[in-house]
Amino acid sequence: MARMKFLCDAERCIECNGCVTACKNENEVPWGVNRRRVVTINDGVVGAEKSISVACMHCSDAPCMAVCPVDCFYKTDDGVVLHDKDLCIGCGYCFYACPFGAPQFPQAGAFGLRGKMDKCTFCAGGPEADRSDAEFQKYGRNRLAEGKLPACAEMCSTKALLGGDGDVIADIYRDRVVRRGKGSEVWGWGTAYGPGKPGAQPPAPQPQPATKS
Amino acid sequence: MRALLLIVFAFGLVACGEQEQVVIYKQGKYQGKPDTRPWDSEPLAAEYRGSKWSKGDRASWEEQIKSRQLAQHEHKRIYQ
Repeated sequence: MARMKFLCDAERCIECNGCVTACKNENEVPWGVNRRRVVTINDGVVGAEKSISVACMHCSDAPCMAVCPVDCFYKTDDGVVLHDKDLCIGCGYCFYACPFGAPQFPQAGAFGLRGKMDKCTFCAGGPEADRSDAEFQKYGRNRLAEGKLPACAEMCSTKALLGGDGDVIADIYRDRVVRRGKGSEVWGWGTAYGPGKPGAQPPAPQPQPATKS
Repeated sequence: MRALLLIVFAFGLVACGEQEQVVIYKQGKYQGKPDTRPWDSEPLAAEYRGSKWSKGDRASWEEQIKSRQLAQHEHKRIYQ
């Protein structure tokens, strides 16, 4: 059973926002809605700046599903969290519950009217006929039904953003880390997000021994 | 003693289980419309890269998706 996930390699992300652009273009997402965005921490701190691309993480135990008062969320056989926009009442509970800020609400109406929730679908559409106009209008492109992966991951120029079955992309990432020539120290929070103290710098590189020529 | 061990093992292995997480169309779970599965769609025309699966065959669709996933691995892509 596949379990679709995203994995962003903070060592590779160059904050080009290509994934954001790819998502907006592929799904024709309206103004004011960002299904995906690039978050940068330690912005401007030399050597400590890290970027990571964030969207719906399609949680295995999704809090948005738990709090939705109208039960409009469902999970597909591939572990993709989707929702039915015909049921959504735009209450925003899912936005408060989501730790990633994934749910988005169009505010095109008068008086700050909040529309129906919109979020990353893992390019899997929604509960309309696959690859139909109705599905595209409401949820965007259904690339999974075309035998493809999400546009953001497939468009990523540095392949920082990986998308697909959690097991497969974890293997790709593991292989990559091993090839970087570092060991187990490259895993974990410290490497992914830099030193713990705000503004702290990573350790200075060790001087290389002089080589005789 | 043996019974106690069996009970401990049974409780210990509970954490290893995995609940099915797919949608269950029943009251209090999901109230919306049922969705079709991606492998129930016709593959795209042959000129589009990687549309090789049989309609309704989940295994062939997963193979197709897996080949796309592995295409993200630049080392394998380059050295093959």
